[in-house]
Amino acid sequence: MTALTSPPREPTSPRRAAVRRGDRVFRGLTLAAGVFTLIVLAAIAIFLIVKALPALRADTKGFLTTREWLPDASPSVFGIAALAFGTLLSSALALVIAVPIAIGVALYTTDYAPRRIATVLGYVTDMLAAVPSVIYGLWGLYFLIPHLVPVQSFLARTFGWIPLFADPDNRTSVASRSIFAAAVVLAVMILPIISAISREVLAQVPTTNREAALALGATRWEMIRTAVLPPSRPGLISAVMLGLGRALGETIAVALVLAASFDVNWRVLTPGGNSIAANIATKFGESGNTGREALIASGLVLFAITLIVNLAARAVIYRSGAMERSAAV
Amino acid sequence: MTLTAPTPTPDPPASGGQPAAAHSSRLTAAHVGRLPMLAAMLAAVGGTALVFVVTPLAGTAECVLVSLMLAVVVGTALSWRVEGRRRAVDRLATTAATACLLAALTPLVGVIGYTVYRGAARLSLSFLTHSMAGVGPLDAGGGVYHGIIGTLEQVLIASLLSVPLGLLVAIYITEYGHGRLATAIRFFVDVMTGIPSIVAGLFVFAFWVLELHRGFSGLAAALSLSILMLPVVVRSSEEMIKLVPGSLREASYALGVPRWRTILSIVLPTASTGITTGVMLAVARVTGETAPLLLTAFGNDFLHLNPLRGGQSALPLLVFQQAGSAYDVAIARAWAGALTLITIVVLLYVAARMLTRRNTLARR
Repeated sequence: MTALTSPPREPTSPRRAAVRRGDRVFRGLTLAAGVFTLIVLAAIAIFLIVKALPALRADTKGFLTTREWLPDASPSVFGIAALAFGTLLSSALALVIAVPIAIGVALYTTDYAPRRIATVLGYVTDMLAAVPSVIYGLWGLYFLIPHLVPVQSFLARTFGWIPLFADPDNRTSVASRSIFAAAVVLAVMILPIISAISREVLAQVPTTNREAALALGATRWEMIRTAVLPPSRPGLISAVMLGLGRALGETIAVALVLAASFDVNWRVLTPGGNSIAANIATKFGESGNTGREALIASGLVLFAITLIVNLAARAVIYRSGAMERSAAV
Repeated sequence: MTLTAPTPTPDPPASGGQPAAAHSSRLTAAHVGRLPMLAAMLAAVGGTALVFVVTPLAGTAECVLVSLMLAVVVGTALSWRVEGRRRAVDRLATTAATACLLAALTPLVGVIGYTVYRGAARLSLSFLTHSMAGVGPLDAGGGVYHGIIGTLEQVLIASLLSVPLGLLVAIYITEYGHGRLATAIRFFVDVMTGIPSIVAGLFVFAFWVLELHRGFSGLAAALSLSILMLPVVVRSSEEMIKLVPGSLREASYALGVPRWRTILSIVLPTASTGITTGVMLAVARVTGETAPLLLTAFGNDFLHLNPLRGGQSALPLLVFQQAGSAYDVAIARAWAGALTLITIVVLLYVAARMLTRRNTLARR
């Protein structure tokens, strides 16, 4: 009981003793809740491992290198290679699209927009972060993909010499449920989160620093470049990583947008591709026992990847101390 | 926070002598009115026409892109020539930030707009008051009544589980915890916010369905949702409790009120508006969660009131299942369901924000 610092001490009367007992009980209760949270997190890891093991033993090929997903066949054959590849590629592409725009939006709200507009923009972006992913998926499938045809075929025609954008069979001339389309949907989804966190990071730079830069004759951009961005860097990096975590774990939107396939497809404009999370969503209903355990095994990999990304992001925040933890995440 | 950038001093003349002459030889910022920018636009359009005649480019997307890019290039070049490099770069940055805003808002507003447009065509009172019982794949009827009831039950149970627990954790972190354990709890609660929702669903499936053999149910869904809600509740409550002034606590201690009663009757009531806002935002967020429900609630075409046993439907789950169908009637149902869902989420969000406005604590 060393943590009791300020209030009543020295139980001089029975009433004081009761007070201390009440404090002890309440403190114990809150402590139990805190420890319970840690237990839940540990239980998630433990149960995913325990339930994945039977399927991993039944797998007749290497789990990490196989590109097929036939866990219920005999012999059982499945692997994470194509899924992990699709997850990483679509998320990386989504980051490339979303990060510059998100930070631009954050800069606009902190340093360009008038105060009133900035407040409204903050509300709008926060609200859009709450739009359910199934709606983004629906929009991606029925609105975005048909409207993305000119963009995809433009990219294929202009940058087709880059292997990533190659389209040898001319498959981008019709609506293409491609990794690129999934990445665009993901980018739209993670934009509000990245820009919300970035906004809070940028807003923490003291006004006096900005004014000092301006007073020295800097233009607005020079002020941003010299006084705003450098101290915000750790916070911005962690904002990007938290966005990456979201993109990696996004399930429903990707499941709706992509037509599931199990090959390692570098050509982001052509139909095909898959992700770990989307595969769990689409395969779960039709899977048998081994199939579901195999899905748990893939979920374990996803859990590990997102955990690493999140730990890294948090470590950056905690170490720099540049950013108070925000409720926006 | 708005800062008006003062007109920057022009670049010092290279020669170093006769600054006044150098100054007057180039136009100052005030002279760059509408005309040069208009000229930039015209040059861009003209340039685009030229590019499209000379090169094999074609299509609306290219046309818009090329003319926008040319407008920026010509505008910047003009500014560089007239106002100098620093001013030109500054203008370019302003344009870029504004472009980012437009690029972000267009799809985001488009998502909501398109959902309203497609959903309103199908949404009706009977859609909200009927389930999918006995509706074949090609039938146009049916509705989301069972899904709405399912979502309400699941979110309610999830809130009942995670809000008290989350509050206790927040109280521990802010009021009691000082040592390593408190830091660890804080850190791992933060990490927990990053758990993908599908993993929460997988965990409940592995634990509740596979290990304890409880089967798919609304309760299982609520368990997975509460895992997602818990860290959000903890963090927002923590922020709000921190805002309660220390003088209030000290006044209470001075009156001989024990610590636990101070927390319950002084600190929490003071922070209650903010905590409620946080809880409502958390509710808004899990209401739309689909992925964990696939593995826990599993879905059902009928109205299933008992959350303890048997597959239950939910609004987002229904939208997902209908969206994957090949038939237009189902896709129309998906859009109408999406509109219902987005309305609920937005209403929750707006209500939470209106509560924040009345929150005097957060405005301090």
